[in-house]
Amino acid sequence: MKINVNATEYTVDVQGNPSLLEVLREQLDLTGTKYGCGEAACGACKVLVNGTPTPACITPVTSVQGKRIRTIEGLDADGRLHPVQEAFLEEDVFQCGYCAPGMIMTAVALVESKKSLDEQELLDGMNGNICRCCTYPAILNALKKLTQNTTKA
Amino acid sequence: MKDTCNTSINHYRRKSLPGRGLSRRNFFKYMGAGIATYFVWTDYLASESLSRLSETGMPAAPDTLSSWIHVSATGAITVFTGKVEVGQNIRTSLTQVVAEELFVPISAISLIMGDTARTPYDRGTYGSLTTPQMAPILRKAAASLREILLQEARKEWKLGEVELKLEKGSVKHPTNGKQLGYGSLANAKQLLLPMNENVRTIDPTKWTVAGTSVEKINGVDFVRGKHRYVSDMVVPDMLYGKVLRPPAYGAKLIRANVDAAATIPGVRVVQQGDFIGVVAKNSRTAAMALATVEAEWERSPQVAGAALFDHLKRTGEPGNAVPSEITAAYESASLKLEQEFKIDYIAHVPLEPRAGLARWKDGSLEVWTGTQRPFGVQEELERAFSIPKEKIRVYMPDTGSGYGGKHTGEAGIEAAILAKAVGKPVKVTWTREEEFKWAYFRPAGLIQVRAAVDGSRLSSWEFHNYNSGGAGINSPYLGATKYEQYHRSDSPLRQGSYRALASTANIFAMESTINDLAQMVRADPMEFRLKNLQDERLKSVIKTAGQAFDWNREKPASNHGFGMACGAVKGGFVATFAEVAVDPNTRELRVISAVTAFECGAILNPRHLESQVTGCVLQGLGGALFEAIEFDEGNVSNAFLSSYRVPRFKDIPQTKVLLVNRKDLPSSGAGEASIVCIAPAIRNAIDDAVGVKLYRLPMVPSGRVPNA
Ligand code: FES
Ligand code: FES
Repeated sequence: MKINVNATEYTVDVQGNPSLLEVLREQLDLTGTKYGCGEAACGACKVLVNGTPTPACITPVTSVQGKRIRTIEGLDADGRLHPVQEAFLEEDVFQCGYCAPGMIMTAVALVESKKSLDEQELLDGMNGNICRCCTYPAILNALKKLTQNTTKA
Repeated sequence: MKDTCNTSINHYRRKSLPGRGLSRRNFFKYMGAGIATYFVWTDYLASESLSRLSETGMPAAPDTLSSWIHVSATGAITVFTGKVEVGQNIRTSLTQVVAEELFVPISAISLIMGDTARTPYDRGTYGSLTTPQMAPILRKAAASLREILLQEARKEWKLGEVELKLEKGSVKHPTNGKQLGYGSLANAKQLLLPMNENVRTIDPTKWTVAGTSVEKINGVDFVRGKHRYVSDMVVPDMLYGKVLRPPAYGAKLIRANVDAAATIPGVRVVQQGDFIGVVAKNSRTAAMALATVEAEWERSPQVAGAALFDHLKRTGEPGNAVPSEITAAYESASLKLEQEFKIDYIAHVPLEPRAGLARWKDGSLEVWTGTQRPFGVQEELERAFSIPKEKIRVYMPDTGSGYGGKHTGEAGIEAAILAKAVGKPVKVTWTREEEFKWAYFRPAGLIQVRAAVDGSRLSSWEFHNYNSGGAGINSPYLGATKYEQYHRSDSPLRQGSYRALASTANIFAMESTINDLAQMVRADPMEFRLKNLQDERLKSVIKTAGQAFDWNREKPASNHGFGMACGAVKGGFVATFAEVAVDPNTRELRVISAVTAFECGAILNPRHLESQVTGCVLQGLGGALFEAIEFDEGNVSNAFLSSYRVPRFKDIPQTKVLLVNRKDLPSSGAGEASIVCIAPAIRNAIDDAVGVKLYRLPMVPSGRVPNA
């Protein structure tokens, strides 16, 4: 079967009906997408499927045929960091950083979906992502700054 | 597949290395020419709280370099430390102190951590000891190196004892405008000198790199998903392993049928006594193969979940007799209270579950694993395989956090067993369920307090902790003669270290009791504390936080409450003030704000410190309000993130952190102390709001405050 990840077509092995997460990590060596729970409860594995943040851990790879998958590795494909990555770096958000890819992908979908977001929309959008180091306030600050800048631009 | 070990590791692997630390003789053979300072580790700062953990401390061999800083002929500076990075950003703060002393940019320094073959022996990264132990040593080592470089420059220029200036990795000539780079000074030399204990380090008031908010080193790798945690690592020919788990604690394997697994193409079954594992070319196949194993277990009697606290009390060591003066003071007091607090087990839930990757070659073993104690894991492997330490190399790439929960090396050992049996490298990554069930927990505890107050002073204080531990048990309050005792008990579940150890439990009980005593004498809880505390550092954080919180302000509504707590843990002083609201109809609790002041000496990196303190407070919110391990008969029943609730974005109150910078005091660790006050501050705020006193952590697992 073929899947499209970060605008590249890959042929993958679907024997045993693996999850998208397993295929990304073990077959394509795209290990930016993390495992944290395996039950759509932590957000560490979130990727964008046709632009929608989707937990790759519970997504059978066979279900994404013909869809566009975007992972953390695809964000700076043109050699420039995505504004969300910039904003998180600017705010020096992370401690262990394990939640970062899932957080960033979820936030990317959010900020790309709407010009400006109020606090409640940010909370609703991000609540499925856990940061066990609890850097939540810094993440929110980074996103607030970014969505304010977006409005200004 | 590609080998993802970083290239510098490969570079070093070609040379043969001694197992633990590096002998002086081999130093330049290994490092290349240059100038270096070293010091031999003496564990003079190991604190009492550590010996309680019963870690196996091993002295370094006499001719072993314990840590060193090296300048190469290209001017590259390499620092070696046995500490590891688990998200506390010590890679950054330790680099800062070295950069400060050597007048070089952060980027000129690389810090080698977590590699048993290249770094000095270290007991582990825990107990907030990295900053107080490593930072001063590295400052001195770097300052010593600076002095040597200056001396070399003077020799080169044939100058006497003139003062020379340093800038960006070069020494400047006093008169002729010439410069000598560190690289050219180090070129073709083999100069290795011990650290000068009495060297002058730069005064913190003059710091320009240390003490500033330098960004996380390699931060860009983390936001690009490029950093490889152990769970991400791949080596050539690597297979994926899975291990069979018992259905409960204490279950013994009677028999197992592995035939079905063995017939799956590409699957190998490894069976050694009670250990059954499978390996396959991907994790899905390994998991499927494991699921076909039919095992029969014999369960042994375990403690019922409902009997936990009785069990802890019943099995607790009796301890010393309570001195009669204390009982007498209590008996004769008119204002007194006796209360009991219950603390549930909680899990660390590091977002990256345990992972290990093992590779055997010619009888030597390499293991990559996320652990706070790489040398401890090396010892575990030594015992498991009966091979000398020199043949075992443990790597610990910067890891997906620990919070005290990754002192052990289970996944690494399992990977090594499987790799040895199948003759190929094997990676074992634990599932979230395995991490919940087979790692270890923060201890549960039962705390009993009897205290009395006379006027505005404590007149009697008797405090017993069953099982959770002795850390933070000593009350900082004046007045009464005190009796505090930690009673060891039999723990039904596997327990171990957790951020701030038992301080969270002890300070919860202590600060709740102080609140209630203040109430008895109708004193303001903050004034009562300030009156009964002596430690100026503790008082200062109370005042700072109280002012920022605006403690004396009007409450916005009658269902709102204010509460506070303070504590001193491992060189960190903390006070948290909280505002809560309890919905009059639904009884739902909302934590509105948490203001925390923290002081731990001279601040090395304000932004990272603020992040640590914020993270501690908010992680503490989980254990305060809703986190609890549910178990029965040796089996954890909520071993999933869908059933074990941790703090999320929507749980987060307005959080404010005030850092008190004491440049005149040595820096202490920051990853623990500030977790201890959030629970009692909220507890006291709930009492203030609706007059309900809670005595258990977590306080409101349902989200609702019970009726009085
Ligand atoms: S691993 Fe997919 S949501 Fe947690
Ligand atoms: S930074 Fe550690 S989990 Fe988010």
